[in-house]
Amino acid sequence: MEFAANITLFALLQQVLVGLSRTTILFIVASGLSLVLGVLRIPNIAHGSLYMIGAFLTYTIATLFGQSALGFWLALIVAPLCVAVISFLVERGLFCHLYEREHMMLLLFTFAFSLVFGDMVKLIWGSDYRSLTAPLFLQGSFSISGFPFPRYNLFLLIVGPLVAAGLWFLTNKTKIGKIARAAAVDREMVGAIGINVSWVFAAVFVIGCYLAGLGGALVAPTQNITQGMDHAIIIEAFLIVIIGGLGNIWGALLGALIFGLTDSIGILLLPQFAIVFPYMAVVTVLLFRPKGLLKSVW
Amino acid sequence: MFKALFSKKTTIVGIILLAALLLLPQFLPRFYIYLFAMIFAICLLATSLNMVLGFGGMYQFHHAVFYGFGAYAFALFVTKSGLPLWMGYVIAPFCAALLGLVLGLITVRLTQLYFGMLQISLGSLVWAITYRWYSFTGGDDGIHGIPIPDLIGSSTGAYYFNLIVTAACLLLMYMIVNSPFGRTFQGIRDNPERCEAVGVNVQRQKLVGLVIAAFFAGVAGTLFVTVEGSVFPDLMFWTLSLEILIMCLLGGWFIFMGPALGAIIIITLRTFVGIYTEYWTLILGIVLMLLIFFLPEGVLGLFLKKIVPAEKKEG
Repeated sequence: MEFAANITLFALLQQVLVGLSRTTILFIVASGLSLVLGVLRIPNIAHGSLYMIGAFLTYTIATLFGQSALGFWLALIVAPLCVAVISFLVERGLFCHLYEREHMMLLLFTFAFSLVFGDMVKLIWGSDYRSLTAPLFLQGSFSISGFPFPRYNLFLLIVGPLVAAGLWFLTNKTKIGKIARAAAVDREMVGAIGINVSWVFAAVFVIGCYLAGLGGALVAPTQNITQGMDHAIIIEAFLIVIIGGLGNIWGALLGALIFGLTDSIGILLLPQFAIVFPYMAVVTVLLFRPKGLLKSVW
Repeated sequence: MFKALFSKKTTIVGIILLAALLLLPQFLPRFYIYLFAMIFAICLLATSLNMVLGFGGMYQFHHAVFYGFGAYAFALFVTKSGLPLWMGYVIAPFCAALLGLVLGLITVRLTQLYFGMLQISLGSLVWAITYRWYSFTGGDDGIHGIPIPDLIGSSTGAYYFNLIVTAACLLLMYMIVNSPFGRTFQGIRDNPERCEAVGVNVQRQKLVGLVIAAFFAGVAGTLFVTVEGSVFPDLMFWTLSLEILIMCLLGGWFIFMGPALGAIIIITLRTFVGIYTEYWTLILGIVLMLLIFFLPEGVLGLFLKKIVPAEKKEG
């Protein structure tokens, strides 16, 4: 067991922390997807493209301000909002006419969008990759009892719970959240008591897509912003939603934890095949609980 | 047998079409021969998907994995084993069918979207292993320069080989779809509960259907290698699966020849649009949107709805 000898407790702990910050991004993206899937029943493949657009917009806005701290914070707020506006236009313009279609058609329709968005990004930003640096006080790393931990990852670990709490508040304590949950169970009934379901759907769709944009904005300083990042994230997000239980936001959190941690520990065990570990975890979960870990709203 | 299988008119049209395709390479430039050979492989692939999608009603979201697996099995067999080539053509589809059996055993008990999503996840696992296993599969570079003898490896040879294999496979699939097995399959698509109630083993039926479809997708994979002489991981990436789905939708998935027509349209469009612009996927996306809005039954579906009833009235 050659590889086992290399794993010290510290290295393991560090990988776990890195995995947790990866979990944050995955959770934010997957919870948006889960929200749309649960309430609107749309398996939104374009979700990954919105994530990519969010990352590119963050880069552009931050670069307008010379990649300064101000620019970064502004980008973090504005870029997801731009994504939300795009999704609002798309929903009102096209999706709202198609809610009655079967899942296959909706899936293909969102795939059409991901194709269009993918080429739009290529048209606007070109095919080179971009990189963005975080503001100075989020750069570098600090040490926890001797081993280094990147500051930006800590920042992500703070943002993640905040988003989760916000989502909990939104779905459980606000009126629109309650209506949306009711519409997820029985949309005709909600319509029958005089609520405009169409606009509730639009709101949920926009919030879900906002989360995709937020995920893209947050991930921008940690990796190269490139074409193809949409394809990578969307499959992961779908798997997380599936193992968590379709439409269940806490399921998305649980799924993201499983995915993020198996991925980061996999890198420690077998770097070449690290990509295989999360998929194996997903398959294992689904073998025993084919409908996901938590209760699905479907 | 053919009398029962086809109407007289269909037989005549089929024979004329086949004869025309057999003569075609005499008149075409080399590029078009290559293009046609590729189209035959993709036609077979799309039709094999439609067997489970259109006729079985299964949400087969990741069909390309069987195609890629067949292609890889063939390529690895040819480059690593040293055994005669024809054995590769026989073994590779069975490898794809075996993968179909394994994935099917896990997935068939699920319904609709869950089935489709689990398939994507398992298929992505296969893709991820292929993508990373440099020493065996060549990783993201794939395997290039697979030696195929000139008899079938030259562009004209590949054209004839693919034409004959595709035609034979399409005939086989047509027979399967019209056999009692195929009829049961369509029954399951339309009403799974009732089929269960009259004593059909729905899950086993679906599993067998999936294995057969995977087998033919594997055949299509070997045909791809015959034309292209190389394999790469993109062959089993999920976006390709959705592209085949688009072909089925475009042609019309309730008609046997629909997906093949869709494949012809998409491949031809991609080739010729690709000459003028690098933004082919943008155009594909827009075509797909228009299709879903205005033509949900596909081109051939529309054609049959508009033309055939008119003929029947006359008769």
